[in-house]
Amino acid sequence: MTVVFKRPESLLDVPFHYCPGCHHGIIHRLVAEIIDELGVRENTIGVAPVGCSVLAYDYFNVDMLEAAHGRAPAVATGVKRVHPDSVVFTYQGDGDLAAIGCAEIIHAAARGENFTTIFVNNAIYGMTGGQMAPTTLIDQVTTTSPYGRSLQNTGHPIHVCELLSTIESAVYVARVAVNNPANMTKAKAAIKTAFQHQLNGDGFAIVEVLSTCPTNWGMAPLKANKWLEDNMMKVFPLGVYKSLEVKKDVK
Amino acid sequence: MAEKVLMKGNEAIGEAAVVAGCRHYFGYPITPQTELTEYMSRRMPQVDGTFLQAESEIAAINMVYGASGAGARVMTSSSSPGISLKMEGISYAAGAQLPCVIVNMMRGGPGLGSIQPSQSDYFQATKGGGHGDYRLIVLAPNSVQELVDMTILAFDLADEYRNPVMILGDGALGQMMEPIVFPVIDKKPIEKPWAAVGMKKRKTPNIINSLFLKPEKLEEHNQVLQANYKKITAEQVRFEKVLTDDADLILVAYGITSRIARTAIDIVRSEGYKVGLFRPISLWPFPSAPLQELGQSAKAFLTLELSAGQLVEDVKLAVNGVRPVHFYGRTGGMIMSPKEVAEQIKKVLSFEGGK
Repeated sequence: MTVVFKRPESLLDVPFHYCPGCHHGIIHRLVAEIIDELGVRENTIGVAPVGCSVLAYDYFNVDMLEAAHGRAPAVATGVKRVHPDSVVFTYQGDGDLAAIGCAEIIHAAARGENFTTIFVNNAIYGMTGGQMAPTTLIDQVTTTSPYGRSLQNTGHPIHVCELLSTIESAVYVARVAVNNPANMTKAKAAIKTAFQHQLNGDGFAIVEVLSTCPTNWGMAPLKANKWLEDNMMKVFPLGVYKSLEVKKDVK
Repeated sequence: MAEKVLMKGNEAIGEAAVVAGCRHYFGYPITPQTELTEYMSRRMPQVDGTFLQAESEIAAINMVYGASGAGARVMTSSSSPGISLKMEGISYAAGAQLPCVIVNMMRGGPGLGSIQPSQSDYFQATKGGGHGDYRLIVLAPNSVQELVDMTILAFDLADEYRNPVMILGDGALGQMMEPIVFPVIDKKPIEKPWAAVGMKKRKTPNIINSLFLKPEKLEEHNQVLQANYKKITAEQVRFEKVLTDDADLILVAYGITSRIARTAIDIVRSEGYKVGLFRPISLWPFPSAPLQELGQSAKAFLTLELSAGQLVEDVKLAVNGVRPVHFYGRTGGMIMSPKEVAEQIKKVLSFEGGK
């Protein structure tokens, strides 16, 4: 019998702790599939974040380092400078990357660090119980914006892809979603491209993945998916914001 | 034996790190240690190493965390306000048992303070600074030669105990020039089977981590750390005694202050006062037992430091009320003169008796 679908070797055989309907499980799987497909599992070093995916090292079957909140890009820089031939990735949420770790991600991109960042944006702080994130939408209710995020008080959400695409040394910047099978296929292709840039030695690549947080949004998984489509995708449009190829075409 | 060279303290540390096999340096400029960062920017590329000027001290220490976790000998350096920023990363490195060398060339504080020498980061270096129950091995050189020797030692201790080591100097030591000799090292680098280097053919992943959500597990981890600290305390206490055998009064001072104290002792000894010096070299583990022992012969102690009184607390704990412990300190980047110390010695001795 031919096996057509199985657990990727880069993913350990343990149950996830993620809430029902959360997209972390899908995103973990896509990253693991790509590590398998590229044949780099034994040479990969991951950097885990602070946030819901703080336990990522319990799931990936690769060497990993747990970083302080927001500091994954600095930790990954240290790792990659010691082992330039290894495959290094950071996996970060929006609180981690867009709030406390904003400086670290911008400067890692500016230096053109040759690693790959998977950025999971669910517009809220998940682990601490649903507080406002830099990516929270205007009028979105969270535990620290109980009257809805106020433009006057807290400004606009940060658009990470748009921001990082202005940095010359970032070679690939894309925003994807995993809300349906078609988008999952596109997401996987984007993540693969990001890793391939690293293997080519091109420089910094980031893939932002829009994700649901049914628990903290207070929605059933299907409704959360719909909310992501109706609200988040309007504020954070999907697409490739920058790629090395595009840059070459412009020249 | 290599020949003597004249070098500035900060630069000597950089060369000592190269001699020790350090090939990765992550830093950020701050006075009065910037010459070290600058030296590494010139030197690292010459030895196929990495010099990286980080965007902040926070990023620099986290790059150190990554490089150490990946198995490298790695160093960062800063001065007081910059070290405060590094404290988050230092706590994580201690928690994840990562060997690394951190240089603090202290300046006056608190806050932005000044750029003049100080010793007011003693508490921060020896009692935590970052969160959680952890300790750094803290070495306090008092000459440019010792900056060299202890930097090399620091890399070995860090690897041996899988713990961050801090070289605690000050602006004066960093800026002074003295003739030094670099030792020739022929030691093999220590194996690091725990490092995150990619699994290669290994069956289970190596994880560099300090997160233990189950309290039983975290307590277990803390017990492992504490057992290591106990081992370090038993094996790595370092100190120097000068003219203590017949001394009525023992001066206690480390780093640059110990040199001032030494000159002051010569002044008062020429006038017939019996005064000696006890110099803690490892500030953690603190040499409590040998200091306590001196309490059997000496009448009193006088702690000298460039702070409002931090080391003096450890001296009092060591002496444990058996003998009086006096204190004299200068703050704000002011350095005490040997004459000033001589006056303090006479004042204490006239109070405690003995000549």
